[in-house]
Amino acid sequence: MLRSLKWRFIFYAAITLFAIFLLLPTATTQLPAWWTKVLPTDKIRLGLDLQGGMYLILEVEAEKAVESYVERIKNNLRDDLKEKNVPFGKVEREGTDRIVLEVSGVKEKWESVLAQRYAVMRELSSSEQGGIWRLTLVLDSKEAEYTKKRAIDQALEVIRNRVDQFGVSEPEITLQGMDRILIQLPGIRDAQRAINLIGKTALLEFKLVDEEGDADNALKGTIPEGDIVLYQRSVDPATGGVRKIPHLLKEKTLMTGEVLKDARVSIDTQFNEPYVSLEFDEIGAKLFEQITGQNVKKRLAIILDDNVYSAPVIQERIAGGRAQITGRFDMKEAGDLAIVLRAGALPAPVKMIENRTVGPSLGQDSIRKGIISILVSAILVALFMLFYYRLSGVVADVALILNVLLILATLAIFRATLTLPGIAGLVLSIGMSVDANVLIHERIKEELRWGKTVRAAIDQGYHRAFSAIIDSNITTLIAGVILYQFGTGPVRGFAVTLCIGLLANLLTAVYVTRWMFDFITLKTNVQKLSI
Amino acid sequence: MELIRPDTRYDFIGKRKFALWLSLIAILLCVGSIFLHRGLRYGVDFAGGLLVQVKFSKAVDISEVRKAMDAMGMKDAVVQKFGGEDEFLIRVEKTSEDLEEASKKIQTSIKEQFKDQPPEIRRVEVVGPKVGKDLKEKALWAVGLSFLAILIYVAFRFHEFAFGLGGIAALFHDILITYGVISIFNIEYSLTLLAVILTIIGFSINDTIVIFDRVRENIKKMRKENLETIFNVSINETLGRTILTSGTVMMVVLILFFFGGPVIHDFAFTLAIGLISGTYSTIYIAGPVVLLWEKYVTGKRKRR
Repeated sequence: MLRSLKWRFIFYAAITLFAIFLLLPTATTQLPAWWTKVLPTDKIRLGLDLQGGMYLILEVEAEKAVESYVERIKNNLRDDLKEKNVPFGKVEREGTDRIVLEVSGVKEKWESVLAQRYAVMRELSSSEQGGIWRLTLVLDSKEAEYTKKRAIDQALEVIRNRVDQFGVSEPEITLQGMDRILIQLPGIRDAQRAINLIGKTALLEFKLVDEEGDADNALKGTIPEGDIVLYQRSVDPATGGVRKIPHLLKEKTLMTGEVLKDARVSIDTQFNEPYVSLEFDEIGAKLFEQITGQNVKKRLAIILDDNVYSAPVIQERIAGGRAQITGRFDMKEAGDLAIVLRAGALPAPVKMIENRTVGPSLGQDSIRKGIISILVSAILVALFMLFYYRLSGVVADVALILNVLLILATLAIFRATLTLPGIAGLVLSIGMSVDANVLIHERIKEELRWGKTVRAAIDQGYHRAFSAIIDSNITTLIAGVILYQFGTGPVRGFAVTLCIGLLANLLTAVYVTRWMFDFITLKTNVQKLSI
Repeated sequence: MELIRPDTRYDFIGKRKFALWLSLIAILLCVGSIFLHRGLRYGVDFAGGLLVQVKFSKAVDISEVRKAMDAMGMKDAVVQKFGGEDEFLIRVEKTSEDLEEASKKIQTSIKEQFKDQPPEIRRVEVVGPKVGKDLKEKALWAVGLSFLAILIYVAFRFHEFAFGLGGIAALFHDILITYGVISIFNIEYSLTLLAVILTIIGFSINDTIVIFDRVRENIKKMRKENLETIFNVSINETLGRTILTSGTVMMVVLILFFFGGPVIHDFAFTLAIGLISGTYSTIYIAGPVVLLWEKYVTGKRKRR
């Protein structure tokens, strides 16, 4: 018995030391250098509700990626048909993944064009009337799925890039479910700016202005075939009023931001206004040279997310692969624009479906109040136990302290997050820990009353109270695990601390206290237990 | 020290008829309130919508904030005080425009209109309707599943369906009372309150198990007594523990209520109600239900 007493002591002492050891990085920032090299430095991480920050869920509108893919195919198809001299009527995208086209002439000729280069488009239906074939093509469903998946992966990557460049410490960006991206940005100051930066599609496009058409006419309803109308926002510096200038553009995109190598903010020395200068990669530079060379004296519109930023006249062939985006930015706007351009465009627009932002001061308030309530309740409960159970109260209090220590250490080792409801979970664990001790102590008292010896009473007390303790802990644990499964964010934190607390409780309130009682009774041979 | 003398024999079970009526009336009030309010008042978490918590550097009259909301066309915005005189919650459930845009608009216009009391945006929550619906579904699953799991566990541990039923009846009672109080005090039902409900489920069943455990033990000991007496003795024997535990947990919850700050106010209040109901229902609901079941369904109890 004494031998096992010693081993039990060593075991519990080791656990306690290990817990303290795990908590050191959280408790102090001045760890010796040798420590940080080999030993764990994981701290308890504070949830966004305690340290302030943003919790965002974005939904990737992956359908739009399929749509633009089919749109691109359609544009290529039109060019191809023109090149191969196939007479065609309309070539249009219908819905997300269909193309409707009318062709005539030699059937084998257009059939070979379709078969060779557009195998991903399956023929859904075809009909002939007076030598004109009307075809409906649909994007292969596997290809559509693949496009969607790629768009989501890419969006995740792009958002990671942007956040990295924005400079947030320890951001967390993960995929949630099929098409949702969960973004956690702790300690962020300028929430609005972060949202703008993350949510912007940032699709940069270059399109030619349709010099023959007229934007005003087009607005009245007659948009020429293959043209679109996009707007340029223009702010009158005198009145601050916003005007929208329509531009009639060729629908075909000549170049996108994909070929960008770099984007940075520069200052226009003449007007002292910031602009974003672009540098293309090799392919981009060649393409840009070719486009500008072929279209001298025409206007080239620079478009970002369907907004025309400028449409300057191409004066001459531009070699060297440089361009710029101007448009009355302030420094911050220009800087953010450069970031999103550098990080690349999102393959599909994203929609913010959940946003929880907590300012840093509220977090500090909560943490202060949380710590106060933990301390006050722990002290009051401990005092009460001392007052009510005397020496046995000391036993219970040791278990209580060890319990809190173990919960915190587990949080640290698993890099779990402590949230405000998590603190509440901690406080409730204290309550459960007290309950276990009360159950045992009341039972021991009862056994003593029946005239049992101290040792027998302790034996029986633990034995009899155990079933109630295990049952109640397990049922609460069931509720906790289910809460963890279905909860999100802060509520999960509650479930985590509650579950850890219940498990730690079984160890501390049942086994550690038992060791203490055994130690007291075996070493001192007491005749009367102070309980 | 002794709180309850060992020979205490309050006749708890004898008052069960009175208690059942009391519970019935309380539950009717609660269900009635939920009906009258047409369900719970769902917070942003479940209903979707947006919430902005703003703290001004000086006290601001609430009507000023409301006026500012009206001026920017947010007629449906609900403004309420939060904590002191300088802090407010602005809530919008539905807007014709995008929620994220609306939240931006509110933030900028508040900053502009209260330049003299520079406001600080302390918290923003925007939950899309789809997410809200998801969360609502998950909440239902969470409560339902934990009920089921607990029923199975208790029935399994006590080898007796009646005990599982008694425990679940007490749970139902507590959940109904808690939801009723949430409705009567018009407390907003959010994810945090869901956590409270699940904690109450845990505590309520914990309490019930402690007494059932004693009953299980006493059935073997007191072979000659009827089940009614056994329940009564068991409740009395564990009364000291019930008062001590409920008392300490209640103390902790009250501390959370007074020191935890406004964010945790509703949390602590609802939990306190649930605790009271949980302690009461263990004595007056769980036991009597087992007795009723044994009397009318199982017939005369077979002694083991």
